[in-house]
Amino acid sequence: MIYDTIIIGGGLSGLVAGVKLASAKKRVAIITSGQSALHFLSGSIGLLSAVDGEPVSDPIASLEKLPENHPYNKIGAGRISSMAGEAADILKAAGIVVDGNAGETRYRLTPLGAWEPTWLVMDGIASCPHPSKCPWRKATVVNFHGYLDFFPEYVADGLREAGIEAECHEVKLPELVRLRKSCSEMRAASIAKILRGEVLRKLAIELNALGGDSEVLLLPAVIGLKSMQETEELQAMVKKTIRYVPVIPMSVAGVRAQSMLRNYFEKLGGTYFLGDSVSRGNFSDGRLESVHTANLGETVLEADDFILATGSFFSQGLVAKPDAIVEPVFGLDVDQTAERTERYDKNFFAPQRYMRFGVETDKEFRVSRGGKTVANLRAIGSILSGADPLKEGSGAGIALLSAVCVARKLITLN
Amino acid sequence: MELQVKNISPNNFEQCIKCTICTVYCPVLSVNPDYPGPKQAGPDGERYRLKDPEFYDKALKMCLNCKRCEVACPSGVKIGDIIQTARIRYDHHRPGLRDVILASTDEMGSIATKMAPVVNTMLSLKPVKVIMDKTIGVDCHRTFPAYAGRTFESWMKHKAPDQTVYPHKVSYFHGCYVNYNYPALGKDFVKLMNAIGYGVELLDKERCCGVAKISNKLISQATRDAELNIRSIRAAVAKGQPVIGTSSTCIFTMRDEYPHVLGVDNADVRDSIYLASKFVHELVDEGKVKLVFRPDFHRRVTYHTPCHMQRMGWAIHSVELLRMIPGLELVPIESACCGIAGTYGFKKENYATSQAIGKELFDSILNASVDEVVTDCETCKWQIEMSTGVPVVNPVSILAEALDVEATRKANGL
Repeated sequence: MIYDTIIIGGGLSGLVAGVKLASAKKRVAIITSGQSALHFLSGSIGLLSAVDGEPVSDPIASLEKLPENHPYNKIGAGRISSMAGEAADILKAAGIVVDGNAGETRYRLTPLGAWEPTWLVMDGIASCPHPSKCPWRKATVVNFHGYLDFFPEYVADGLREAGIEAECHEVKLPELVRLRKSCSEMRAASIAKILRGEVLRKLAIELNALGGDSEVLLLPAVIGLKSMQETEELQAMVKKTIRYVPVIPMSVAGVRAQSMLRNYFEKLGGTYFLGDSVSRGNFSDGRLESVHTANLGETVLEADDFILATGSFFSQGLVAKPDAIVEPVFGLDVDQTAERTERYDKNFFAPQRYMRFGVETDKEFRVSRGGKTVANLRAIGSILSGADPLKEGSGAGIALLSAVCVARKLITLN
Repeated sequence: MELQVKNISPNNFEQCIKCTICTVYCPVLSVNPDYPGPKQAGPDGERYRLKDPEFYDKALKMCLNCKRCEVACPSGVKIGDIIQTARIRYDHHRPGLRDVILASTDEMGSIATKMAPVVNTMLSLKPVKVIMDKTIGVDCHRTFPAYAGRTFESWMKHKAPDQTVYPHKVSYFHGCYVNYNYPALGKDFVKLMNAIGYGVELLDKERCCGVAKISNKLISQATRDAELNIRSIRAAVAKGQPVIGTSSTCIFTMRDEYPHVLGVDNADVRDSIYLASKFVHELVDEGKVKLVFRPDFHRRVTYHTPCHMQRMGWAIHSVELLRMIPGLELVPIESACCGIAGTYGFKKENYATSQAIGKELFDSILNASVDEVVTDCETCKWQIEMSTGVPVVNPVSILAEALDVEATRKANGL
C-alpha cells in the first residue's frame, strides 16, 4: 500500500501531525502499537513552565535560555508563537476546546490541590490566569462516595491558599457504589462509562440540592469519555458553574482527546493501524523506502516520507539496555552519555540526565542511522533529545509543536 | 531455580507496567463490575497464581477472549492469552452437557445437516427454546443459525473437476459455518477466486478450528483437531497452495491461538494462513489481479470490525476492497465488540451481559441507516442480525455480487 506519509506512533504528536497532513489532502497512515501516553494527559498542555529550576511567566521570552539542541531551538523562537496558535487550532478542529495562549502562562489545579503553570487547558478543567486572580470567592469540592482517586480536602487546601473559601461534599449514587464490587475498578474511566443519561440526571439533582453560597462546583474529571456531550448536558441541568479537577489516571480528558483526534484523523481520510508495530524498514541511498509490520506480514507499506513519533521510555520509543539506550524500530542514533553511571543523579529529585536522551536529529528533525542522516525520516514528540519534559513542563508542548513544524515542512516540500 | 518457576510465565506478564489502559477498553468490565478486569485477571493475577493456584478466580470465565486488551496494551503484554491459559491450567470445573453441545460444532453439524428441515423447525419453535433455556441453559432469546440440507464439502466434490483448469490454486478452510449452515458463502468464495484465476481445493481433512472448544475448555479435543488441521495445512503448503478462510475467528485461532493457547506449533505455515479479504486485497494491491465491478451495483453499507479481526490488524484489507466497488457507499462506525463472543452469548447466564456489551455497536449501526453491515465473522453476523434486524454479509459475498465476472476474467487473461 502506498501513502504520502507514514507516521509510526499514534499518540498526541503522531495524531496532530497526521491531522495536519490529512487536512492538506495527503494520504497518511498511522501505525501504533497499543494505546498511547495521551491516556495520562491530565487535561492541560504545558509549553514551558520552568528553565533550570526557575519558574517561567512568559514562555516565549524564556526560550533563549534553553540548550542549543532543545527541540524548541530547532523550531526557532520566531516560529513558536505561530505554531502554538496553529496547534491549538488543530485541537479545536478535532472538537477539543482549549483555553490559553503561548505568550501567557495559565495555572491549573493538580489532583493534589497545587496550582501548576501550564499553556492550554481543555474545556471545563479548573484554571485561571494566576492563583491570586481566581474569579471565585467560594468553591464547593464534590466527590463521589467511595471514589479514592480524588482528594477533595487537598484540593480545598489549595483553594484556601489562594484565598478562596472552600467546602467539601460527597454525593452518593447507587449506580457508582456498584462499581466497588471489584475493589480496584472504581476508577475514572469506569465512572465515566456510567455517568450518562439517566444517571447524569440523578447527579444533577444531587448537585442542585447541595445549595450553599459558593459560585462554583469542582468535580473530579470523570465525565465524558468520548466527547464533551455529557459535560455539556450536566452543565445545562445544574444551576452553578461546574469545573473539573484532574484525578489519578486513567485520565478521562486524555482518553477523550485520543479518541477525538483519532476520529477526526480518520474522518479526514487517514488510516489508523491500531495494535500493530513496524517490524523492519527497507533503507536505500540514505532514504527509508518502505516498512513491514507485525500484523500485515509481507504487505509492504511505502511512502515518500516517514515520521517517527514512538514516544520515550513509557511507549518503548526508547529502550534502556544495560550498555546503551537504543531506538528499537530502526536502530537510529541516540543522543546519550557514554557511561551508564552518568545517566542518573543519585538525588531522585535532581534533574536526571536520561530524561534528555532521545534520537539525534538535525535542524529539520531528520534522524540519523550509523552517523548518516536519513533524508525522509523525521522524529517528533518525546522521542526527541535535548529536553527534560518533567522539569520544564514541556512534554506535550514539544509533541504538538514538533508535529506542526514537521508537518508544515512536508506539506511545503511536496 | 524454584524462585524463577514462580516468576516467569510463557506469556509476558512481567512486561506489564500497571498503566491500566487495558481496563478502559475491556467490553466486559464496562457493563459488569463482577469481572475483575483484564489487568487484575491477567498479569496481576498471574503473579499470584504462579505462587499458588489457590489464587485462581473463577470470574475469569467471564472473559470474552476478544483480545481488545492486547490491542490497547502499550507494552505488548498478551493479556488475553494469560487469561485463557490460566482458565485451562487452573479451572478444574468440567464442561457440562450444554457447553459440550455448543462447542461440538462439527459433531452437531454433521448430524443436523442430514435432517436439516426437522432440526431447523425444532430449533425455531418457542416451546423448544423454552425447554432448552430451562433444562440446559441455552438462552431462549437466541436464534440458532439454520442448518443447510447439503454440506459445502459435498457440493465441492462435484465442483472439483472444474477447479483444475485455473493457473493458480489455493486451499480453502471453509470452517463449520460454511460447511453446515451457510454453503452460499463458500460458493461466493469459489466464484470470486475463479474469476481472478485461482482454482479452489479443499484440505485433505478439516476439523473445526477449535475456538468454541477452547472457550468451553474441551482442550484435549481442541488440541487433537488443531494438530489434524495443521497437518492438512502443511500438506497444502507443501503443494504450493496458501490456505484461505472466510471466517476471521477461524483464521485467528489457527494462526495465534494454536501456538499461544494450545501449544500447537504452526511457525512453519503460519504466514501461509490467510483470510480471503487479505489474500485478494494483497493481489490487487500488488497489481497481480484486477477486479471489474458491475455498473448497476448500488449499496450503502458499514464495516464492523470483529474483535479477532482487530487483533490481527487486517480490517484494512476488507475496508480497502470495499472501497474499490464504485457503487458502494461505506459509512464508517467506531469499532466496538458485538458481545456474542462465539458460544458465550448463547449461554443463559451471559445473555444480559452480551446484549449490554453490544448496545453501543447496535446503536451506531442503526444510526448509520445502511442497507447491510459487512463483517468477516459469522457469530458477529448472528448477533447483529438478531439485535438490529439489519442484514449482515461477508465481504467475499459483497465482492462476488458486485463483480462483473466475465469482465474480471477477461481482465485477468482468462
